[in-house]
Amino acid sequence: MDMVNSSPDIRAAVAATQGTPVEQPIKVHVKDVRFYYANGYEALKGINLELRDKTVTAFIGPSGCGKSTLLRILNRIYDLYPGQRVTGEVLLDGRNILGRDEDLNRLRARIGMVFQKPTPFPMSIYENIAFGIRLYEKIPKSEMDGRVEAALRKAALWDEVKEKLHQSGLGLSGGQQQRLCIARAVAVKPSVLLLDEPASALDPISTAKVEELIEELANDYCIAIVTHNMQQAARASQYTAFMYLGELIEFDRTDNIFTAPKNKRTQDYVTGRFG
Amino acid sequence: MAFSTTEHTISSYEDELTRLAESIAEMGGLVETSISNATVALLKLDHALAQQTIADDKQIDAMQRKIDENIVSMIARRQPMASDLRAIITALHVANDLERMGDMAKQISRRSLQIESLGLAPKFYNGVKHMNDLVLRQVKAALDAYATRDSAAAIDVCNSDDEIDQLYTSLFRELLTYMMEDPRVITQCTHLLFAGKSLERAGDHATNIAEAAYYLDTGKQLSSEVEELHRLQPKE
Repeated sequence: MDMVNSSPDIRAAVAATQGTPVEQPIKVHVKDVRFYYANGYEALKGINLELRDKTVTAFIGPSGCGKSTLLRILNRIYDLYPGQRVTGEVLLDGRNILGRDEDLNRLRARIGMVFQKPTPFPMSIYENIAFGIRLYEKIPKSEMDGRVEAALRKAALWDEVKEKLHQSGLGLSGGQQQRLCIARAVAVKPSVLLLDEPASALDPISTAKVEELIEELANDYCIAIVTHNMQQAARASQYTAFMYLGELIEFDRTDNIFTAPKNKRTQDYVTGRFG
Repeated sequence: MAFSTTEHTISSYEDELTRLAESIAEMGGLVETSISNATVALLKLDHALAQQTIADDKQIDAMQRKIDENIVSMIARRQPMASDLRAIITALHVANDLERMGDMAKQISRRSLQIESLGLAPKFYNGVKHMNDLVLRQVKAALDAYATRDSAAAIDVCNSDDEIDQLYTSLFRELLTYMMEDPRVITQCTHLLFAGKSLERAGDHATNIAEAAYYLDTGKQLSSEVEELHRLQPKE
């Protein structure tokens, strides 16, 4: 198509098909982050990247490349393990969350995390959600009911569990349990959601539901997802980071990473040539 | 011809990619022969060779269908990514362009069957013969650029397409002059003119293959933003 000689209508139509989505503002800024295990092993070697708001960023890479470690730094779960140490900065809305004075409970409410294996608490579906909210807020029962419903709706689980809110969360299917965990994370109104292999233990239909949910949640949250499933990263994210041996090898728009990656190692990994 | 320097973890996938590249090369060879045969059949009014070329087109069509089926199957089973994805998608395009070139050769052969009773004066040959040589050169260069993933060579092919277009324009004028001089040659000259148009179209398909080669190598579309590209006449 020759753009110069075509009519304004055609030019507009062509421009529309080539339009790139509007870039969201930066939510999390990771600056030269290095991570050391207690034995001194450097698991992350100076990571720099930006997570945009209302955008899904996928982290891919072979086992041991540091992608889960990076996620664990973002909400400071590593703090639970003595001897593990981080240098560098993680700015959430411009404020460094790696500082000593950071209130970790507040931080983990702002940055929710969902793990590979569904981890519902051994209590009722209702309590699974209400428990987290009570940690941070004192609200009357009527308001709590609304918050629980809103969280379950957000996690696309409400219609499946509204008749059995007071049954145990452990009685749900794997996919439902995982969505319950996502509901629990969103109930405390976070601004960032970290998903570590959220669908790897689920069947294809439950996986599809979780992916659909991720797309839905991206309207409200900054989402980072770690996945071993390349197709999932390609389907669910707008940005993809490829990590290898503790380094960020390539970070770009997802369609670029999966159609024309710039780095040879990224290319070999996404095509399945990686040893 | 291998698609990448590093081997796949799954060797059967690697084999499929290699076989796909080989099929495209083989199909390309058939099409080159067909175009050449079609022009020879036209200029020498060789009945048998024209029939042969028409029959060969069936084989080209069958190859395209086979390549299509293989590609659909590979996409479904392998979920190709990055350079593999580009190799597979461009193979689909290239096979399609080659199939259309085969059709052009068939059309030229049919025209030679229609004018064989009328005969051709030697002065009519040159323009078509020259176009044929240029088109074959373009097809070969485009297929080479595709097989070797050479984006610079691909740009050269695109830039050279203008020569064919100019040659077609002068062939048009030349044949028009003959027809005005002697209306008895209108039938032959009209068929030659359409044959020239078929060759010009084949040249356009060669350009498409070169564009596919460029995308395969770089991951970017060959557009007017590429500095090295200086086509005189913008294509539709």
